[in-house]
Amino acid sequence: MSTVPYDHQHEAHGHAAHGHGHSPSFLSTYVFSLDHKIIGLQFLFSTLIWFIVGGMLALGVRWQLAWPWSPMPILGNLVGHAEGGQIPPETYTMLVTMHATVMIFFVIIPVLAGAFGNFLIPLMIGADDMAFPTLNMLSYWFMWPAFMVIGASFFVEGGAAQSGWTSYPPLSALFNAAPGSGTGQTLWLVGVTFVGVSSMMGSVNYMTTIIQMRAPGMTMFRLPMTIWAMFITATLQAFALPVLTAAGFMQVTDRLLGTGFFLADGATANNMAAQAGGGQPLLWQHLFWFYSHPAVYIMILPAMGMVSDMLSCFSRKPLFGYKPMVYSIAGIAGLGFIVWGHHMFVSGMNPALGLTFMVSTMMIALPSAIKTFNWLGTMWGGKIQFTTPMLFSIAFVSMFIIGGLSGIFMAATPVDIFIHDTYYIVAHFHYVLFTGTAMAVLGAIYFWFPKMFGRMMNDSWGKVHFFLTFVLMNCVFFPMHILGMRGFPRRLADPYHYDTFRDLMPLNQFMSWCAFMLVGVQIIFVINFFWSIFFGPRAGRNPWHANGLEWQAPSPPGHGNFDFQPVIYRGPYEYGSPEVDVDYYPQTQPPTGREVPPPKH
Amino acid sequence: MIKRFLRWMPNFWALLFLAVPVMGVATFVLADRYNIWLPRDVSEHGRTIDQLFYFILYLTGVVFIVTEVVLFYFAWKYEAKQNTKPVEFSHGSHSLEVVWTILPAVTLLFIAIYQMDAWAAAKMRPPEIPFTCEVTGRQFNWDFRYPGPDNVLYTPDDIVRTDGNLYLPYGEEVLLKITSADVLHSFFLPNLRLKQDVIPGMDQKMWFRATDGGSFDIVCAELCGWGHYKMKGRIHLLKPEEYQAKLEELRQEQNTMRVAETK
Ligand code: HEM
Ligand SMILES: [Cu+2]
Ligand SMILES: [Cu+2]
Repeated sequence: MSTVPYDHQHEAHGHAAHGHGHSPSFLSTYVFSLDHKIIGLQFLFSTLIWFIVGGMLALGVRWQLAWPWSPMPILGNLVGHAEGGQIPPETYTMLVTMHATVMIFFVIIPVLAGAFGNFLIPLMIGADDMAFPTLNMLSYWFMWPAFMVIGASFFVEGGAAQSGWTSYPPLSALFNAAPGSGTGQTLWLVGVTFVGVSSMMGSVNYMTTIIQMRAPGMTMFRLPMTIWAMFITATLQAFALPVLTAAGFMQVTDRLLGTGFFLADGATANNMAAQAGGGQPLLWQHLFWFYSHPAVYIMILPAMGMVSDMLSCFSRKPLFGYKPMVYSIAGIAGLGFIVWGHHMFVSGMNPALGLTFMVSTMMIALPSAIKTFNWLGTMWGGKIQFTTPMLFSIAFVSMFIIGGLSGIFMAATPVDIFIHDTYYIVAHFHYVLFTGTAMAVLGAIYFWFPKMFGRMMNDSWGKVHFFLTFVLMNCVFFPMHILGMRGFPRRLADPYHYDTFRDLMPLNQFMSWCAFMLVGVQIIFVINFFWSIFFGPRAGRNPWHANGLEWQAPSPPGHGNFDFQPVIYRGPYEYGSPEVDVDYYPQTQPPTGREVPPPKH
Repeated sequence: MIKRFLRWMPNFWALLFLAVPVMGVATFVLADRYNIWLPRDVSEHGRTIDQLFYFILYLTGVVFIVTEVVLFYFAWKYEAKQNTKPVEFSHGSHSLEVVWTILPAVTLLFIAIYQMDAWAAAKMRPPEIPFTCEVTGRQFNWDFRYPGPDNVLYTPDDIVRTDGNLYLPYGEEVLLKITSADVLHSFFLPNLRLKQDVIPGMDQKMWFRATDGGSFDIVCAELCGWGHYKMKGRIHLLKPEEYQAKLEELRQEQNTMRVAETK
């Protein structure tokens, strides 16, 4: 049931080849390409560029928190509408909003699903392309209206959106509520909708591909964790995203057509006339978090999958507890749908609901704990090679422990009354998303780089990059826990306006110094990345001696991926198997007793 | 050079990962020492919340140290060049798996149940007393309306203050009615461990019994527009007698102003 008939494979191949075969022009090869690998790389480059933009916006935020109202050199004139380099309060709110929007919707979600999902899924399951190559191409090109709309929103009157990346009404729905609640906010909603359309196209494609296009012998329980994670993430997307899209549309009609889904009777802003009412601001929060809570798992599950693969490979040992790992991802996804209310404990939602959300939220910590223990189990008794991707993977585990445990404080409703909307929250999600997911993504770039470009990245510079990033990001984000415990609120343009927080300025300055250096040292990575594309040492098919199917294809793989028909004999984690003399046992290698061509590298 | 350094110090990476728990613990110890810690608590239920906070802090602290040290130890012990033993060819262990599923499950469920009462006390069991004050958030100020001598809001003897100063008695239960005139705000009293989003079109209650006097900041904790950062208020906790006197003073002041207006 789970294998695809051999001739179906050929059909798919013929189809894909058709798209490229006739017009091998530059445009159809590199721009409007139907090849999943090119599309994956397009996503990768786009997200890396937006990563830089998002980083710059963060620096604006950090500057203001450390040296409020003093003119910011260089960036001050670039970022938004700063006058003479000084950051006015409305620009500060814009920076916070757009930093988060860019990082979430333009960096983390598209880099995981768009870049790695696209690049890896067909290669790892032994298919020659996605099930729907044209849809796949469209999913990338639907990001462009989003890029342009959000990019343009920085330059419209009033500036880009300023109501936080959560876009809570009435602030976001009333035109006169803030300078950026004009055109900027409308463009924000349009942009996010386009990202949603793109993700939707991606998820349909990923689900179909993984179910339909697996090579002979690739049963569901022989899939690498990366693929399992992508599969379940795609399912999450498919069920949760329509809710956000619908809610976004409702907010657009509230703004433009005078409906009142999210506006209470008689609400005014800036002492202006009341708008249509009869709605409920809390409705938006329910709809928004119904998507965005699953979305935080969309932002971490694929990273968990990739880390599982890298940890097993560089421990030279099978993944500990493969099936529990699969079930725990599924468990996270299932529970992910019933915990959204933990973002709303102090929102005014019925407190009795708080109790049920608290119990389900506590329970979602459980599969995360299981995964952590299994990663430790994978390292136990192995032969660990500290390559750059392995260092990033171990760092992911180490940082995810912090991010996971700090979540328990927030799940405890009485404690959350105090820490909600303080820097404790900012610390928590940066530990999960930045020191977690972003670490995994960097590791994955070092790991799959040889497959993407046929060359290796420089390992020594990779280690320097890792070391500096690891140390600095802890200096930036760990003290945020402490700020949060003091009650230091997020999103304040000048927190020192409050007497309570005045003595926290030196700590903020330390964190800002580290943040500037953290962004600075990423130059090492950028140079290494581009230098290696052109001048890195050539990689063979399987430079890491890994088991996965993708490592049996040429580096980089040509059209149709494999130059042979892959047949799968075992799971992806048979490292150190006593059955063979070498410490790896590729999935395509027939069971011993047969003549096997030696791996080329 | 990097390669030579790593050859000279093969356990460098393991030690780097050991630095994580060391940093974590050190930060918390230093924060406590330098008083960058939970702000002074002056409310009754605040004590419960702080206790719960410490309970979770110690529990997760132990888990944090143990898992991070295990991570370090494995990185140290099983480094490829130093581990001469063959790889442990194991796909997992069913019994271990069961143990580390059940243990955290029980612990988490325990925390969940243990704190239900504190939550219910803070948000579900309002005292049956008249409102002490009505709090209204608006861009970008906190307005207060006291019911005056008749203890009923929205009668002619109400006292209305728009200068951001809230006077309340300590040692007594107080009940606040909170609402918003425009967008979402959040009424946050760090020293009383209280926070409640303020929503237009919705009346909410907040109650507490302060244990000590003093003046503290009122913070707006929900992004409410460009002036969010300056939406600051002050809460003044007074002895009940002083509080009554203060209210009387505010009422006189308001009356003289009214008289002045009508002239
Ligand atoms: C150089 C690295 C980064 C720095 C220095 C940084 C710094 C900050 C700061 C100072 C804030 C403002 C918090 C507030 O006042 O509310 C913030 C918010 C945020 N950041 Fe980052 N960040 C970085 C990277 C990232 C990454 C990689 C992500 C996503 C994966 C991310 C996601 C967010 C989110 C979601 C918010 C929340 C904004 C909100 O809702 O108010 N950040 N960041
Ligand atoms: Cu406010
Ligand atoms: Cu505010």
